[in-house]
Amino acid sequence: MAEVLVLVDHVDGACRKTTSELLTIARRLGEPSAVFVGAGVDAAKETLAAFGAEKVYRADAAALTDYLVVPQAELLAHLVATVSPAAVLLASSAEGKEIAARLAVKIGSGLITDAVDVQSDGAGGVMTTQTAFAGGYTVKATVTHGVPVVAVKPNSAAPEAVSGAAADVAVDFTPSALASGARISAVKPRERTGRPELTEAAIVVSGGRGTGGDFSKVEAFADSLGAAVGASRAAVDAGWYPHTSQVGQTGKQVSPQLYVACGISGAIQHRAGMQTSKTIVAINKDEEAPIFELVDFGVVGDLFAVLPQATGEVTARKG
Amino acid sequence: MNIVVCVKYVPDAQADRTFNASDNTTDRVNVDGLLSELDEYAVEEALKIVEAGEGEVTVLTVGPDQASDAIKKALQMGADKGVHVNDEAIHGSDALATSLVLAEAIKKIGMPDLVVTGMASTDGTMGVVPIMLAERLGVPAVTFASELTVSGSGVSARRDGDAASLTVEAGLPALVSVTDQINEPRYPSFKGIMAAKKKPVENWTLADLGIDSGAVGLANAWTKVEAVAARPPRAVGTIVKDEGDGGAKLAGFLAERKFI
Repeated sequence: MAEVLVLVDHVDGACRKTTSELLTIARRLGEPSAVFVGAGVDAAKETLAAFGAEKVYRADAAALTDYLVVPQAELLAHLVATVSPAAVLLASSAEGKEIAARLAVKIGSGLITDAVDVQSDGAGGVMTTQTAFAGGYTVKATVTHGVPVVAVKPNSAAPEAVSGAAADVAVDFTPSALASGARISAVKPRERTGRPELTEAAIVVSGGRGTGGDFSKVEAFADSLGAAVGASRAAVDAGWYPHTSQVGQTGKQVSPQLYVACGISGAIQHRAGMQTSKTIVAINKDEEAPIFELVDFGVVGDLFAVLPQATGEVTARKG
Repeated sequence: MNIVVCVKYVPDAQADRTFNASDNTTDRVNVDGLLSELDEYAVEEALKIVEAGEGEVTVLTVGPDQASDAIKKALQMGADKGVHVNDEAIHGSDALATSLVLAEAIKKIGMPDLVVTGMASTDGTMGVVPIMLAERLGVPAVTFASELTVSGSGVSARRDGDAASLTVEAGLPALVSVTDQINEPRYPSFKGIMAAKKKPVENWTLADLGIDSGAVGLANAWTKVEAVAARPPRAVGTIVKDEGDGGAKLAGFLAERKFI
């Protein structure tokens, strides 16, 4: 069975949840091989083995990690030439998509990004599902040329634990001179909030214009549910919440099990970032707000009254 | 410093966007279109850089006849000249082919010091054409810049990643893609609108760029859309008015759906 390369998305060896999802998808297409770039492979191996990685290709050198995107794309192109995989899977983050794009040009392959599902097409290829126009359409597509390169959104598969050999394969690879064109000269880690990462979270609670800049009730409700906190563009533009928490077309696209919109009207820009959520709940003073067209459950009311009561109830029910 | 800004003419997100029934491509003709909002940030950033020094801004687009509106808007904002690549054979091109056409057009314009793009289009939203273009031009790419500093010899940008905020540096020539955090795009002034009418716009075909039509277009895309379907409208949900018990009812719904 052909190998399927999965680029491991990690922070110093701590695998992000997308990695186990990608390994699960890879098993539908062939034999999963993880590709690990950077430090911390020993810490990551347990996770990689637990989700079925048969091999772990690893490479760790400053030439690979000190420069943006290109060295990783070159490494993957090298592996594609060496092992002739059935497909290459990456996380559909900004960086993942860029590595995928460079790789696709290098190896002459069709590229799919933002996939929300990937299946075998029954003929050795992939059949992907994407959403388009702010979630208004579903698009099914195949890759017709080259080794399919597919960037997959978080929460696109339920990770299935199955043990793999995770055989260690050190890759001896030196990037080209071109790879050092864009140098990462400083890294400032994000402040830790103790909450789940926005794109990976099972539950997201977001605040918008209706918060008036006070996110305390939104955060308290999120914490009662173990949720991530997001914000609308209006709230971010007003300087109330960091841009890194923005949900929408120009921010993060989330697809959690539950999305709670608090004081968010539901403009198309915001819908593009959350419309594929499984269950949608909204609280808004304005009963005409377009967000109510999307909801499974809506409360017309003041979030400063509704949220504290809901937080109390959730906490009480959780005992 | 000479800058080429790549822009895209897209269906208005406020309108009913749809696909062509015959070939599953984005309908760009029967829907009101405009300069992609995210490209306004690219035009603005290029204008700011040139205004702080010298040089000129060329705005480049690939698209059907109507795409000239995107160039016009950029010229009205202050860009100096436009190039419109328009060829029937380009219809249905994927990101790989689009980046090829852009790259050849930039080579014909003459490699500038800086290529500036938006972070993604508002229709396809893949966000990969900038990096593919850099790959084809063989220049460094500093993408998703939310802050940009340009000196005589290089660029430095803040890029906000998922786990960290990075500072990325590159020498010139380079490609930069910018986010909507980087600036506040200007509105065209009356003077700008009048001046734009006299600015030169070149119209090129694939033949002008020496690109074989077999390298682009729907039939030669390396991905194939097998089916598109409008998502079924969401079932109408339950909406309650808060009469002092809205929070409790909300918690009840969450419990019923097993979220707590």
